[in-house]
Amino acid sequence: MMPLASYAPALAQLDDNFFGDRRNAVNECPGNNGLCPGWIFDNIDQYLSPLWEHVLLSIVPLVLGFLVATTLALLAHRYKFLGTGFLAIVSALFTIPSIAFYLILLNVTGRGFATAVIVLTAYTLVLIYRNVQTGLEEVPREMVDVAEGMGLTRRQILFRVELPMALPTIFAGLRIAASSTVGIAGFAFFAGAGGLGQEIFAAPTFRGNVVAASVLMILLATVLELAVLAVQRSFTPWERAVST
Amino acid sequence: MAESLPWPGRMGQSRHLHIFDAAPRAELREVTAPQTAPSPDVARPRPQAATLELRSATKRYPGQDEAAVDGLSLTVPAGEICVLVGPSGCGKTTAMRMVNRMIEITEGDILLDDRSVRDRAPAELRREIGYAIQQIGLFPHLTVAANVAVVPRLLGWDRDRIDARVRELLQLVSLDEGTGERYPAQLSGGQRQRVGVARALAADPPLMLMDEPFGAIDPINRERLQNEFLRLQAEIRKTIVFVTHDIDEAIKMGDKIAILQEGGILAQFASPAELLMYPASPFVEDFVGSDRALKRLALQRVRDIDLWKAAVVRAGEPVADVRKKLEDADLDIPLLVDDHGRPKGWLSERGMTGERVREELRSPADPIVELDDILRDALSDLLGSDTRYGPVVDADGRVAGVLSMEALSHALSVPAEHIPTPSELAAATDGDE
Repeated sequence: MMPLASYAPALAQLDDNFFGDRRNAVNECPGNNGLCPGWIFDNIDQYLSPLWEHVLLSIVPLVLGFLVATTLALLAHRYKFLGTGFLAIVSALFTIPSIAFYLILLNVTGRGFATAVIVLTAYTLVLIYRNVQTGLEEVPREMVDVAEGMGLTRRQILFRVELPMALPTIFAGLRIAASSTVGIAGFAFFAGAGGLGQEIFAAPTFRGNVVAASVLMILLATVLELAVLAVQRSFTPWERAVST
Repeated sequence: MAESLPWPGRMGQSRHLHIFDAAPRAELREVTAPQTAPSPDVARPRPQAATLELRSATKRYPGQDEAAVDGLSLTVPAGEICVLVGPSGCGKTTAMRMVNRMIEITEGDILLDDRSVRDRAPAELRREIGYAIQQIGLFPHLTVAANVAVVPRLLGWDRDRIDARVRELLQLVSLDEGTGERYPAQLSGGQRQRVGVARALAADPPLMLMDEPFGAIDPINRERLQNEFLRLQAEIRKTIVFVTHDIDEAIKMGDKIAILQEGGILAQFASPAELLMYPASPFVEDFVGSDRALKRLALQRVRDIDLWKAAVVRAGEPVADVRKKLEDADLDIPLLVDDHGRPKGWLSERGMTGERVREELRSPADPIVELDDILRDALSDLLGSDTRYGPVVDADGRVAGVLSMEALSHALSVPAEHIPTPSELAAATDGDE
């Protein structure tokens, strides 16, 4: 059940102690390799440090990805000819399998958090970029026209009209990127960056372990998405304004 | 500024709208004589307005043989509404957008108060020109107050001045102050349109450009908003360039109308009355419609035409006097009035059999037309009655004459000495209350 180790022994350096502890636990658990809620409850603190790693592995790429993707989208908005090229690049990045991505980068940036962040950031780009671009494109032509007619400059139109009106679409992209990053960060241990994925692969046959780590990932994804949603709501009060 | 507005304030507004909704002509009926309408704003300085002059303004797009706007020359005096009207593709919107340089002219010049718009930085120029398009032009992500405040903010006004101006403008367009906190999605079409006007007026621009501002509004509300806007314009007296494809709207709103035809050529530039009476070309004749004589009915009021003289009699008057009056009158039926001179009905022969007039009516005084009714409404009343004539009363309800079909058709066949412009018509309605 550890085929990964056969082609990437250097990547997943599994902790024998981790296995050892769990083997004992497994033996004690009624129904071998079962769910063992009792064990999860007793050992939950083992997962807190990986959870924190996972939080960082999710938030840092999201923030970086947002900055990079938005910058690219704004450039493409200003200089239309850049748009197709940018979209091709960020889409291509998204199609690289994460294992291959890590293997390529290990030779360049080495093992560690930074490598994982680079890969995860690259994956967020297409989701955020496309939504920023779509959001800007979907601003009705009349809005830009009337803004121009009122004497707003190009830059004022961008920051006071186009970007605010694109916010709902931009945030929708961020929400998708948030949950997808939490998932993809499960492979960050390839780069030796830890995270909840490492816990899963440390004892993949122990159902209790897999469930504990997975549930934490799902919770993290949910919390992150809700957090983005909360920010979105506070930034777009007009979206909730209903006619009376 | 706001407290002295003849444009109905909130209280007057609801009364107005109520009456208006019930019967569109009631709005005009409320009117008192224009001379009794000394506006309280006399002491206030007139808001600024600019003269707009287009000198052979031309727009040619590269690769196109025909110009979009071809040598357009016209002058809009300060404080007047100039309507650009024509079929689609006639370049009316292009012509309007050349004024604030959203479209650059290729030849000719455009002068705003004798200063070429080409010498001005476009953004700075546009902040001095109010700009209103269909209701869709409000920014959905900004509150009403923030929408109105866009240009003042660009101009760097301080917060207190902006707040005060927003309050003043909302009041000017008869919106509750609470509306300022709301978003455009929470407003009705009519409210949005008013916000659009308030926003265009925010920095007190000497010129306003309006591109089909009432285009997206249902006919009933459009008529109401047009009336409100004309009354507002009678107060603020801005120079306005107004684009529409609707000739009826053009006739109603314009002090002057520029009819454009395909290729951006000016077919005629004239007042509504001139346009209807003397169309310059078959194109104009066709565009204003074959009912142009009927359209003129909307431009004049009953007081503007020659009315018939009636033999006005009271009960108890000697019949001999009545006979004498009838000789002078245009109608051989005496009109019986009450002690206050208000019409009671047409006197029958039996009422004149004795020594003195007895109250014997052959028919009631119906319809009763008011001096301030527009001819179209008066004609409609006449058509709806059996008699084809009716007493005309003044603001106090006293008989001022008789309107008949003959008097109406005479008025239509003879050009009136002066047919008032819409803003004069609107100014005349300032006297209500």
